[in-house]
Amino acid sequence: MSWKAYDRNQPVMDPQAPPVLTEAVREKIRSFFPRYETKRAVLLPALHIVQELLGYVSYQAMKEIADLLEIHASDVLDVVSFYTHFANHPKGRKTVMVCRSLSCELMGGKAVLEAVKNTLQIQEHGTSTDGQYFLVTEECLAECDHAPCLKINERTYHQVKATDVSRILADEKNAELSIARSSLFDPPGH
Amino acid sequence: MSSDFEPILMRNVGVAKAADLQVYEARGGYQGIRKALQMSPEELIDEVKKANLRGRGGAGFPAGMKWSFLPKERKVTYLCVNADESEPPTFNNRVLMESDPHQLLEGIMIAGYATRATVAYIYMRGEFTEPFHILQRALNQAYAAGYFGKKILGSDFSMECYIHRGAGAYVCGEETGLIESLEGKRGWPRIKPPFPAVAGLFAKPTVVNNVETLCCLPHIVLRGAAWFTAIGPQGSFGPKLFCVSGPVNRPGCFEESMNITVKDLIYGSKFAQGMIGNKAVKGVFPGGLSMGVLTGDELEMRMDFDSPRKFGLLGLGTAALVVFNEDTDIRDVLLNVTRFYAMESCGQCTQCREGTGWMYKIAQRISLGAGRREDLDILVETTRNMGMMPGLSICGLPDGAAFPIRTLVEKFRAEFEQHIVRQEPGKVERVLRVLN
Ligand SMILES: Cc1cc2nc3c(=O)[nH]c(=O)nc-3n(C[C@H](O)[C@H](O)[C@H](O)COP(=O)(O)O)c2cc1C
Ligand code: SF4
Ligand code: FES
Repeated sequence: MSWKAYDRNQPVMDPQAPPVLTEAVREKIRSFFPRYETKRAVLLPALHIVQELLGYVSYQAMKEIADLLEIHASDVLDVVSFYTHFANHPKGRKTVMVCRSLSCELMGGKAVLEAVKNTLQIQEHGTSTDGQYFLVTEECLAECDHAPCLKINERTYHQVKATDVSRILADEKNAELSIARSSLFDPPGH
Repeated sequence: MSSDFEPILMRNVGVAKAADLQVYEARGGYQGIRKALQMSPEELIDEVKKANLRGRGGAGFPAGMKWSFLPKERKVTYLCVNADESEPPTFNNRVLMESDPHQLLEGIMIAGYATRATVAYIYMRGEFTEPFHILQRALNQAYAAGYFGKKILGSDFSMECYIHRGAGAYVCGEETGLIESLEGKRGWPRIKPPFPAVAGLFAKPTVVNNVETLCCLPHIVLRGAAWFTAIGPQGSFGPKLFCVSGPVNRPGCFEESMNITVKDLIYGSKFAQGMIGNKAVKGVFPGGLSMGVLTGDELEMRMDFDSPRKFGLLGLGTAALVVFNEDTDIRDVLLNVTRFYAMESCGQCTQCREGTGWMYKIAQRISLGAGRREDLDILVETTRNMGMMPGLSICGLPDGAAFPIRTLVEKFRAEFEQHIVRQEPGKVERVLRVLN
C-alpha cells in the first residue's frame, strides 16, 4: 500500500453534474449487500466494480458510492487512497504491472522495466501519450517460479525477456485472458 | 529426506481438468466433508488437534487450538480464508487454488463445520486474477452441486462462501488487517486483545486460516490424525509445500515432508536441480523474505517449524525459498528488501513507519556507494527497536522487516564493509548533500 495525495489537477466536483453510476451499476453494488453484515463492507467490491467500468474512481463516483453505502465520502476517499490498485485519476486503458520483488529482480526484472519504459516512453505512474498504457511496479505477484513477470490488466506474462517487451506491447490482444472469465458480479450459486 | 514421498496436497496438480467438479469428485474429492458431517464438530476439532496441524500462513499456530478459543455460546461465527499470499516470493497458495480449487473449497467446508461458521469469506489479494476466475468458477460449481448454502448435503449445516478481493496491500495478509479490509476499511491491523476468535469480523467470533492449512483438512479427516503425524519430524507433521525461485535450474512448488533440508530443495533431482550455470549459492531466504537470510554455508538447515531459529531466523514462515548466487551484489538485496517493508508498512505505529523508512534510506545510500561503517550498526540497532517482539507495534510486519535486514547485515557484514572501504572518497558527503 502507499498513500496518495489529493490530485490538484482534477477539477473540483460539480454538484450539478449528472450521476456517473447508472442504475445497473447501482443494482450490481446492491446485489452484494446480502453477503455482509454492514453496507460499508461492500466498499471494496463497489470500488472494483466502478473501477472496472470507468477505469478509475472519480470523486463524483466516490460521493455516489458513499451515498449508496450510507457512509461519508471521506471514508471512501480514505479507502481509495490506501489501496494501490484504486486510482483517483484517469489513466491508460491498460495497466502494465512490472514485478520488482526479489525473485524477479534476480532474474532480470530491472531490464524488463527499462524496456517497458523505453517502449512506451513513460515513467512509473505515467500514461502513454495515446492513452493506451499506464505503468506501475508491483511487489511480488506470487508468480516467482516464472520470474521475471509482468501483468497487463488481468493477464500475466511469464519469463519475460527485455527483448520480448515491444512485441508484447504491440499485440492488440495482450490483455485478453486465455481462461474463461468469471465475474466478480457472479451471485453465489449461479 | 524421504524419496518415496507421495504427493497429497498436490496430488491433482497436472491432472487434466482437475479444477472441474466432476474430475475432483471422480478422484475421491468431497468424501472428506461427507465423513466429517458424520462426526460432531467437537470430534472433528479433536482429530485436528491430535494431528497437530500447524498453520501454514507463517506463524505455525495449531489450527485445532485456534478453533477451540471460540466462545462456547455464540450465534454467528465467521471463517476468513487467508488467500492474500503477499509475502515475496511465495506462490504455494496460488498453485493450490489454480490447480485444485475444489480441494480448498472442501477444506473450507470442513473448517466451517468444525467451527460452526455461518459464512466463509475467501480474502484474495487483488493481484490474483487468473486464480480468481478459476476459484470463482469452482465455487459456482460447488454451489450448484449443493456443497454450499442451506442444509449442506442434507445435514443441518448451512454455510455461505464468498470471494472478497483485495486491492494491493501486503498488510491485509495480517489477520486483523484482513478483517478491517473485509469491513470496507483501510487494512490497518487491530490492537489485540480482543483476538479475532472472540471479536473479529463485525465484532463476531472469527477464525482466520491460510489456504494451505485448510487444504490439509480433507486428508486429515479421511486418513486420520495418526497418518498425518507419521509424516515429518516431531512437531512439524504433515505434508508441506515448498516454493523455490531465483536463478535455479527448475524453479517451482514442491511437496515434501518437513524433514527436507534447504540443500535438498536447491540441489535435489526432484526439486530445483541446482543453480543455473553451476554458480555457487551466496545466500537464501528460506521462509519468504520476512524470516531472514541464510548464507551458502547454512544450507543443511531442515525446513521444519523449529530449526530456523537455530540459524538466527524468525521461523519457517511461508517456506518459500529465494536463492541468490555468487554474482549478486549484496547491496542490491538489501535495497530490495528494505524498500518492500518501507512501502508496505501501514503507518500506524511510529517505530514501524519510521524505522522501515530510515532503513530504506540507509540502504539507498549504501547502494549509491555512499555508505558508512556506522550505517551498518544503525541498521542492526533499528531492527532491534521495532516490532511486536520488543512490544513496540500493533502487528508483526516490522518483526518480519527486522529479521531479513538484521541477518543480511550481520551475516554479510564483511562484504558490506568491503564496499564501504572501496568507495570513492568524498562520495558520502556529496550524496548526503543531494539526499538531504
Ligand atoms: C504483515 C503480515 C502479513 C501476513 N500475510 C499473510 C498472508 O499473506 N497469508 C497468510 O496466510 N498469512 C499471512 N500472515 C499471517 C496471518 O496473520 C495469520 O497468522 C494466518 O493467516 C493464520 O492462518 P494459519 O494459522 O492457517 O497459518 C501475515 C502476517 C503478518 C504479520
Ligand atoms: S506494525 Fe507497522 S504494519 Fe503493523 S500496524 Fe503498526 S505500522 Fe502498521
Ligand atoms: S518476485 Fe516477482 S512474482 Fe514474486
